[in-house]
Amino acid sequence: MKIRVQSEAFDLGAEVDAMREGRSDIGAIASFVGLARDLNEGSGVAAMTLEHYPGMTEKALAALVDEAHSRWILLDVTVIHRVGRLVPGDPIVLVAVASSHRGEAFAACEFIMDFLKTRAPFWKKEETPQGERWVEARASDDAAAERWR
Amino acid sequence: MKLHVLYFARLRERFGLAEETLEFDGATAADVVAHLQARGGVWAEELDSSRPFRVAVNQDIVALDAALPEHAEVAIFPPVTGG
Repeated sequence: MKIRVQSEAFDLGAEVDAMREGRSDIGAIASFVGLARDLNEGSGVAAMTLEHYPGMTEKALAALVDEAHSRWILLDVTVIHRVGRLVPGDPIVLVAVASSHRGEAFAACEFIMDFLKTRAPFWKKEETPQGERWVEARASDDAAAERWR
Repeated sequence: MKLHVLYFARLRERFGLAEETLEFDGATAADVVAHLQARGGVWAEELDSSRPFRVAVNQDIVALDAALPEHAEVAIFPPVTGG
């Protein structure tokens, strides 16, 4: 398991290679990369700044990964989330899940992302032509997490 | 009891405060919230029961009736928006 909170960019290919290195039991790796967009709620976004709660963030992400391990048979999980100032097109978050078969990998990857959106203590502040604004939580994210119960 | 209280994101900005040490007579997360609300102004406004803030005790999100251990780290923040 690898969990990292960092300001630097990450490389999906390098992370997947690191998961595979030295092992031949992995049959599937599903990955998700979330990117900063230039439009949100009908307004242009020039940049965003991600704040987090050091200590709790790592703990919350580890708890999500543990919960995924309890639901599916997984061989490895990597979660990387960036903080600081990001511009449109920048990668924000990476989740990669390795398992023997694709079903577990796809499901666990989506599960981790759905719960990360509602449980991990990150907050986005956007720079728009109208000024800075904090992103509001979406009911659709709560609903996405709720369907795993 | 003595608590270390942290504020994040929009609430940190509205309160003009990132953290403080709090000495108060209370036992639950709801008691801390009530204590802070009693300051009035933005505190009363943002911590009103109609507002969607979250409370974490020792880095776990809790319900408002959660008991507080002595020297707990209590964090109050808006619903999260990462990912």
